[in-house]
Amino acid sequence: MPPPDLQVPGPTPISTIGAGAVAPLQATSAGLTFLGRGITPLTRRRLDNFRANKRGFWSLWIFLVLFGVTLFAEFIANDRPLLIRFDGGYYMPVFHNYPETEFGGVFPSEADYTDPEVRKMIEAKGWILWPPIPYRYDTITNAPGPFPSAPASDDWLGTDDQGRDVLARLIYGFRISVLFGLALTISSSLIGVAAGAAQGYFGGLVDLGFQRFIEVWSGLPVLYLLIILASLVQPNFWWLLGLMLLFSWTSLVDVVRAEFLRARNFDYVRAARALGLPNWLIILRHVLPNATVATITFMPFVLNASITTLTSLDFLGFGLPPGSPSLGELLAQGKANLQAPWLGITSFAVLAIMLSLLTFVGEAVRDAFDPRKAFG
Amino acid sequence: MSLLEIRDLHVTFAGWRGAAPVHAVKGVSFALDKGETLALVGESGSGKSVTALSILQLLAYPAASHGPESSIKFAGEELVGAANARLREIRGNRIGMVFQEPMTSLNPLHTVEKQVAETLSIHNHLPAATVRARTLDLLHLVGLREAESRLSAYPHQLSGGQRQRVMIAMAIANEPDILIADEPTTALDVTIQAQILELMHELRDRLGMALLLITHDLSIVRKMADTVCVMSHGEIVEAATSAELFARPQHPYTKRLLAAEPKGRPQAPPAGAPVLVVAKAVKVWFPVRSGLLRRVRSYVKAVDGVSLALREGTTLGIVGESGSGKTTLGLALLRLNEAEGDIRFAGREISGEKQKRLRALRREMQIVFQDPYSSLSPRLSIAQIVGEGLRVHHLARSEDEARRRIDEVLVEVGLDPDAAERYPHEFSGGQRQRVAIARALVLKPRFVVLDEPTSALDATVQAQIVELLRELQQRHGLAYLFISHDLKVVRALAHEILVMKDGQIVESGSADAILNAPQHPYTKALMTAAFDLAAVTAQ
Repeated sequence: MPPPDLQVPGPTPISTIGAGAVAPLQATSAGLTFLGRGITPLTRRRLDNFRANKRGFWSLWIFLVLFGVTLFAEFIANDRPLLIRFDGGYYMPVFHNYPETEFGGVFPSEADYTDPEVRKMIEAKGWILWPPIPYRYDTITNAPGPFPSAPASDDWLGTDDQGRDVLARLIYGFRISVLFGLALTISSSLIGVAAGAAQGYFGGLVDLGFQRFIEVWSGLPVLYLLIILASLVQPNFWWLLGLMLLFSWTSLVDVVRAEFLRARNFDYVRAARALGLPNWLIILRHVLPNATVATITFMPFVLNASITTLTSLDFLGFGLPPGSPSLGELLAQGKANLQAPWLGITSFAVLAIMLSLLTFVGEAVRDAFDPRKAFG
Repeated sequence: MSLLEIRDLHVTFAGWRGAAPVHAVKGVSFALDKGETLALVGESGSGKSVTALSILQLLAYPAASHGPESSIKFAGEELVGAANARLREIRGNRIGMVFQEPMTSLNPLHTVEKQVAETLSIHNHLPAATVRARTLDLLHLVGLREAESRLSAYPHQLSGGQRQRVMIAMAIANEPDILIADEPTTALDVTIQAQILELMHELRDRLGMALLLITHDLSIVRKMADTVCVMSHGEIVEAATSAELFARPQHPYTKRLLAAEPKGRPQAPPAGAPVLVVAKAVKVWFPVRSGLLRRVRSYVKAVDGVSLALREGTTLGIVGESGSGKTTLGLALLRLNEAEGDIRFAGREISGEKQKRLRALRREMQIVFQDPYSSLSPRLSIAQIVGEGLRVHHLARSEDEARRRIDEVLVEVGLDPDAAERYPHEFSGGQRQRVAIARALVLKPRFVVLDEPTSALDATVQAQIVELLRELQQRHGLAYLFISHDLKVVRALAHEILVMKDGQIVESGSADAILNAPQHPYTKALMTAAFDLAAVTAQ
């Protein structure tokens, strides 16, 4: 992980060549908008800087498209049809459960749309619209065994060792990885910023005590603890999020604390105190904006780290419950089934692409907030 | 043929990402002879430093470029576009340079000896012993006291004046033909400034150098320079001998510059005005801790038992050099730092008051800081900055009223109300300082601490701000605590003066008495240094 540039613009430096120091009034805030909102010229410049990093800019778009698509995984890879026309009526099995009797079957249980009998019944009186991939992450495909079976026209990336479609699992796995990463990043940033802010702003004993606590806390062997805890409870998404949050919030504390220590002696913070602003307002309006730059610069890398941690836990078998679509589990299957290279290659490629995209985005964000560029 | 001849020098900086290029220097010509002192004078942004850096070709090429007609001839040799190897032979050897900020122009990781010896050994291959002896000679020459023991000192162990002496030692190490001094004393206290100027004058005569002095301070020019070139917007608008220029300035810009010295005296204070601020025996001591148990070993006495009284509508000037505790005292009076002693504001004891209960009182006591670049939050618009206090103290009943009051106060400090929607970086230093004053003024305070509000500004702007402050005081009956090291500005504003040294008051009284008949030797030294730029050795 490349070290993000922690230099943060304080007050605008006086232009070294001097010519800019005399009333440069040409840039007004009027007319600058982004997504319909008025923005400051500084933000404008940062956006331009971000865009100027072509690799990061395109990475962001590719990532957003991938993430956007996988968000609707149920509509892309599912063993239920999107839409059924049957006997003059429309049915949407994606949203509702229908008993088989609805389509003239005999069982009062939920219709199994993969059953050829059920299909025949429906198609006799209407039609079925399937998603592009007719498997969910836990659907056993019809691929001829033995599993894992090689890529074929039905299973584009083959199946895993339990006969589930790899592509369907990838789509769900990507979604859960990114959502987990985002949730962990956002919650650990919130806690980390709050903790760093309190330490930096109040300083003194608060700072001293907190710092020692964090040192001890971050000395704990995280992976072992997670493994022990995972044996006590059956981890699910939220359990894992909570457990990992216990240890990941410390990553931002140092940066934010340093920014606050620096900023609390700025003249404009002093001026705010002289104006009689209460502490929370000073923190929120005058000091926090300084720390946001460092935080935002860090975030893509924290996201990357979160995804990697989840993947490695899944790989070791201490992660999400068995059967969940997960990239780590697929990776473990690839390792266990070297005769089926499509498993290893696919999971490696997806992880590599996802993490690279995020790193490129992170680099572009760092560029965007680079004071040397932002203030050119 | 002159030693240094600059003809039609142009400097253009390429614009950043499509921005228009900046033409910083536009056809500057001058000549400098051996033993002569030439001063380049101008305000910030006039291109004087860029001109100086061009001589040694130290600009950031290729972002910076000289036009084809530009020529810098040093002893007949063209320097524009000269080979790097040749330029390195000249830099630090034939032409030495002293920079403005002694804090940042010395390498913090090298000792004094290493820094000075480096310049010596790069240009001459001397045995180590000779280099050491010569380094010591140089340090003696620039008047660094206890030079032997200072050899192994690091820059942070030296004071500003001592650092500047080391810088000068480095610049003259190889007995250059020309010494370029770029605002050599701007970062220094007045008494130190006088010493450094005297030193440079003396060295010029002793070594027969030519001195190119870059400054914005006309009193330095008057004292030091033989010839003066006045620069404005990248051009030399007037060049004359020093005597000629000060006697008969030709160009309107020169005239304006000469007229820019803060003039006038404050209005007579209203008779019988009530006392607003009283402080008795104010102490701000910072503990020095050491050892395993962090025991308090001693104290840094930043402010040590200062008493003062300030009447409504008057100005109390606090004068002293850096480190004398002026600013700490100002902050202590506003309870912005921890202080002991008795402080009363408008008859109310505030020294023991909790910060929470002080907040309501903050409306009536305000502060304007020295550096307008750091005292305004770069992320807030002017309207937000000025309006913040209104909101916190619920002084405006509606958004419209707040807006109206912001506009009013902006007009009052001489800014266009249209400025409200802009951000600080779009304004010049003087304009920013007006915004900072507006931020304090919008609350209609009774007491304002002005912490060197003019010292980061150009001379002409400085005079305007002094004028503005005087006007505002008269209109609103404000009480000012005016902190400054610049006696000229203090003279223009203060009714009473308090001279501080090492946290204590050495002299206090009415401004007239102190300025005309200083009693204490320190005050006397300060006066001579400030008004005559002469160093008083008997301190």
